[in-house]
Amino acid sequence: MKQLLSFVKKEFLQVLRDPKTLLMLFGLPVVQIVLFGFALTNELKNANIVVVDNAKDYASEQIINKIEGSKFFSVKKTLLTPSQINNAFKEGTIKLAVVFPANFYTDLLHLGTAPVQVIADASDPNTAVQLSGYITTIVADYQADLSKGSSVPYSIIPQVRMLYNPDLKGAPNFVPGVMAMVLLLVCVMMTSVSIVREKELGTMEILLVSPVKPLMVIVAKAIPYLILSLVNLAAILLLSVYALDLPIKGSLFLLVAESTLLIITALSLGLLISTITSSQQSAMFASMLGMMLPTMLLSGYMFPIENMPIVLQVISNIVPAKWYYIIVKAVMLKGLGFSYVWKETVILMGMTIFFLVIALRNFKIRLE
Amino acid sequence: MSEEVVIKTNKLTKRFGDFVAVDEITFDVHKGEIFGFLGANGAGKTTAMRMLCGLSTPTSGEATVAGFDVFKEPEEIKKNIGYMSQKFSLYEDLSVLENIEFYGGIYGLTNKEIKEKSTELTEKLGLQNEAKKLVRSLPLGWKQKLSFLVAIVHQPKIVFLDEPTGGVDPYMRREFWDLIYDAADKGITIFVTTHYLDEAEYCNRVTIMVDGKIEALDSPGGLREKFGVATIDEVFYKLAREAKRSAD
Repeated sequence: MKQLLSFVKKEFLQVLRDPKTLLMLFGLPVVQIVLFGFALTNELKNANIVVVDNAKDYASEQIINKIEGSKFFSVKKTLLTPSQINNAFKEGTIKLAVVFPANFYTDLLHLGTAPVQVIADASDPNTAVQLSGYITTIVADYQADLSKGSSVPYSIIPQVRMLYNPDLKGAPNFVPGVMAMVLLLVCVMMTSVSIVREKELGTMEILLVSPVKPLMVIVAKAIPYLILSLVNLAAILLLSVYALDLPIKGSLFLLVAESTLLIITALSLGLLISTITSSQQSAMFASMLGMMLPTMLLSGYMFPIENMPIVLQVISNIVPAKWYYIIVKAVMLKGLGFSYVWKETVILMGMTIFFLVIALRNFKIRLE
Repeated sequence: MSEEVVIKTNKLTKRFGDFVAVDEITFDVHKGEIFGFLGANGAGKTTAMRMLCGLSTPTSGEATVAGFDVFKEPEEIKKNIGYMSQKFSLYEDLSVLENIEFYGGIYGLTNKEIKEKSTELTEKLGLQNEAKKLVRSLPLGWKQKLSFLVAIVHQPKIVFLDEPTGGVDPYMRREFWDLIYDAADKGITIFVTTHYLDEAEYCNRVTIMVDGKIEALDSPGGLREKFGVATIDEVFYKLAREAKRSAD
């Protein structure tokens, strides 16, 4: 125990004294969250939209008034043709268009249902989703008002179209992706580099000659990064909840537990990389190549996996971030419980055990 | 020096594929002895030492260190030895005290022992004022001396020094050897490899390795007499001239 404590203390001192490591640990997530967060929140007030009122009747006026009353929109009422709307989107002068068909109110009264078209510029998916969401809410609001005084239920059907990016690639909720990337990157790279550094500096020889067990070297190396990663996780969650107003819908405990699992997966992968590389550069390169690219490209965080060629879909299954991303989206955004994510959890656990077993087998007690 | 044998090898051999790095070496080292291992680069000194430390498994032969078998009981050996590698082996981003604390800690010293050792070592080296400075900022000679004292912080039976004075100026080397004599006086056996031939004169007994084999083993005086020359230098050149392996 005393051995372990001395070891952990030394690791902590080394981490805290290395500005590069600290920057990586804490700078990266903050920058990512703030950058993404800025893009997410900046445009939401007074977004330029157009309302094309082909109906010009009581109902459309009422809805337009409500829209104008909202702080999110700066509304321009015009009568544009479809191709003019199209051009406005291309030029980027508007974010969204609401189109009322002719006979809107008449249809609503006589048929009990009427459509309203909502077209959004989805090249910025976050904004598109939020704006069209607001419009839909306003329309639903009005529908409720209208139905209150009458026995006939009226239904206004907003037909939402996402221009340019119908799948909303990039997903509106980047926080799970950033979490996966930061935790993986930090843990994999930091562990592998810190072990390989001992090899490079020659201090590993001293450790191997000492009575310290290899398992203890590994545990001692992992503990500081585990703790720092949890601090990191807390920072990301605090930022996303308080700076980005993104609430954690599910259980916080489950979220932290699953994240700890990912951290352990990442630590074992880092360890594995450290056993097969012999210089800090190659360890860093392997971590980058082995972690950063697959995490960004194949986890579903930036590009939807369903749209990929089959080969890539199959490969994406071995990317730990994919499973973590699914878990976090389910827990954090959809508020689902463990019963919905147990399969992904088991897969992550399996990966962790696999990495650990190989790493421990490769971790040489003797130099050859 | 006593008659107690602390290292004993019998035809100890290490092969890497076809290459025989260490070829059937046999020798005994006694308690409290300063045992020098000389040889050109690539002669097999470091490999031989690594086998004795448990860093490398011998291909064949026998060896015991501090009474424990290198094949079967490497963990027991590790508790009884200290080791200082060719590369400087302290953590440069830790302070002098933190290094002592770390190595003391992993060798299982109590906090009280570590505290006593820290005071003792810094006083011995005259580093009281630098104790809290990072090791990085010390001159090489001081680092090497500190490295040695840290290697024996847990009072091992034997300490292995792999070219400990490489790159250190002659004055510092002399001081370094004073520390070695100190440790030997306390009963710690010193096993040291070097390619500074003048250092061979400081050893009680010297082994000269050529191409993985032990070509000579005696006290410095004994070697000079046997080869009929005035210095160990000349003994070494006589033997090394026959070497076939080129230095790496």
